[in-house]
Amino acid sequence: MRKAYLGVDIGSISTKAAVIDEAGEIVASSYLWTEGNPIGAVKRVLSELEGQLAAADDVRVVAVGTTGSARELIGSVLGAQVVKNEITAHAMGTLSLHPDVRTIFEIGGQDSKIIILRDGVPVDYAMNTLCAAGTGSFLSSQSRRLGIPVEEFGDYALRSTRPTKIAGRCTVFAESDLVHKAQIGYAIEDIVAGLCNAIVSNYLNNVGKGKEIEPPIVFQGGVSKNVGVVEAFKRLTGHDVLVDEIGHLMGAVGIALLAQSSGAEGDFDFAVREFEFQTMGDECGGCANNCEVVYVLRDGEFLDGWGARCGTGIERARVSASAR
Amino acid sequence: MSERLVTFPHMGEYWIAFETLVRELGATPLVPPRMTKHTLELGARHSPEFVCVPFKYNLGNFIESLEAGATVIGQAGGGCRFGYYAEVQEAILKDLGYEFELVNLTSSWSVGEFIADFKRIAPGASTLRIARAFAIAYRKAKALEAIEDRVRKSVGFEVERGAHDRVVSRFHQRLRDASGFRDTARLEETTLGELGAIPLDKPEQPLRVGVVGELYVLMEPFANHNLERRLAEHGIEVHRFVTLTSLIEHGIRSRPHVRKLLGDADPWVKYHLGADGTESVAMTWKLMQDGFDGMAHLKPFGCMPEVSAMSVLQRISREHTFPILFVSYDAQTAETGIRTRIEAFADMLAMRARGRTSA
Ligand code: SF4
Ligand code: SF4
Repeated sequence: MRKAYLGVDIGSISTKAAVIDEAGEIVASSYLWTEGNPIGAVKRVLSELEGQLAAADDVRVVAVGTTGSARELIGSVLGAQVVKNEITAHAMGTLSLHPDVRTIFEIGGQDSKIIILRDGVPVDYAMNTLCAAGTGSFLSSQSRRLGIPVEEFGDYALRSTRPTKIAGRCTVFAESDLVHKAQIGYAIEDIVAGLCNAIVSNYLNNVGKGKEIEPPIVFQGGVSKNVGVVEAFKRLTGHDVLVDEIGHLMGAVGIALLAQSSGAEGDFDFAVREFEFQTMGDECGGCANNCEVVYVLRDGEFLDGWGARCGTGIERARVSASAR
Repeated sequence: MSERLVTFPHMGEYWIAFETLVRELGATPLVPPRMTKHTLELGARHSPEFVCVPFKYNLGNFIESLEAGATVIGQAGGGCRFGYYAEVQEAILKDLGYEFELVNLTSSWSVGEFIADFKRIAPGASTLRIARAFAIAYRKAKALEAIEDRVRKSVGFEVERGAHDRVVSRFHQRLRDASGFRDTARLEETTLGELGAIPLDKPEQPLRVGVVGELYVLMEPFANHNLERRLAEHGIEVHRFVTLTSLIEHGIRSRPHVRKLLGDADPWVKYHLGADGTESVAMTWKLMQDGFDGMAHLKPFGCMPEVSAMSVLQRISREHTFPILFVSYDAQTAETGIRTRIEAFADMLAMRARGRTSA
């Protein structure tokens, strides 16, 4: 039997998972849309992984790590040994592939972040979860507006010789600027290239502000698949920018590595997906804080809860769960 | 008018000292209701939108206290815009139709004015009584600070979760009842003893983080989303030097203090940044040289003195690869975002430390 470690990275848009062996090699992986249902997404991910592992010889998952915005929920569901933020997970995963990386750019569907590393250790980071202008959802909404499939966006940008200037500071301005430029007849290629530049300069001026961006630079997240944005990054930073085939899995790999190095082991069984999980939300009402307590039931039994500022909230959730 | 009920803004656990002060002056204290989300909502609803967040918390406290029957409000001066808080808040509350008297303990720090202000809180109190009341309250504040200082440094390493909190909540109860100097001193000593007896699992060289920034968000855990405790829980010894009594002491000897701070902040700051800004820089620079692992800098969104300090701190951080966690608070600050950032920061410090020992 070979020991293996499962890492799951659950964001609001996509869910990524990887199983690594003791040498850190990926033996199974999965990537799919969360579709607003993290538990459903994780169940689908698990069945995909189990299928892939059936072909491999006798591996057993001995530890689980979770990261991403739903990390606590999924951590409880899977009985994870390690539950950690996505900054640390991404840094660890990327370091396993590029031990000398000094800058990580990440632009996802709804957020973006930057991690600065020196000598294999993260020394600074920033993230943006508020402004949509620098994220993938802005890109896809604009591509829809221009009537170009988002997959072809990058190729359009590459064909441009004179990118149009688009105000990238804010979604609202960028959008009206784009409409205006399209109306007065700029070539669509130039507008698309301008948009890629706008996203990159928005990123560098927001999350990247005040950070010492040095190569090697690795670019990750959904938007890294867009060659137009990659080119814009190269142009504006003046450095080469690396994009990995498995860049989207770095958070999952990182958290799997952290689960491995934690040394903690437990009984993980893919059969966990046969349980019925149900998430509930309640206002505690124990005091004027009125904390919104979210909790999860496994086959009708209270499993775990979050969001309470004191023990009362969790107790109340437990009671109302058992009263159901 | 009926009975005079004197209230004050919340700030951490200092309500125990404020309550004693009012009581010792011979007036009846009304401790504002415990801070909740509702307090902030109330305060924010009636505040100018762009005012800094401490103003909103204070106003929320006042409204809740007035609703509970307070008739006199004590508000302190100092800081920058903080100096105008009292006047603006008084106008807002009067517009809302509350009847009360507001005593602004001004920032002039002249003994005569100070005494006059206290006489407005408790008419008829003798100067001697005022001096004694102030001294006892001050002693209680000192005791609170000594206990909190100890807790910040050890709670992250307790073997049994909640052991510190148990001792501390008993301490708060007893500090409220402590009758004088000797009582308070003895309580402080026994509590430090109890804290010292709590089993810890603490490494030889623990991670150390200093916390600096604007005084209110520094000292009010509700406003900073429990940042100090959350840091500590990641196995960190947390150090903070700005306290209520340090502010009072520095306020009294303001000129030599600022001169010393500017010396400590050399070569980064040439002129006083106002409020706590210079201190944030001086402290960071000093702790970095003392071998601290990192700093956390806290400020209300839009707080001018700390915005100035922050740009200097960013340079220090960059030029010396010294980790600093910057957190800015407004009425909408989300709890989850802060937790994620604190956790990532703590991980980063731990990884750096591990790198150092293995190298
Ligand atoms: S969980 Fe605690 S703090 Fe939150 S509403 Fe309930 S009693 Fe109040
Ligand atoms: S120091 Fe900052 S928080 Fe305090 S009054 Fe001034 S601007 Fe507001």
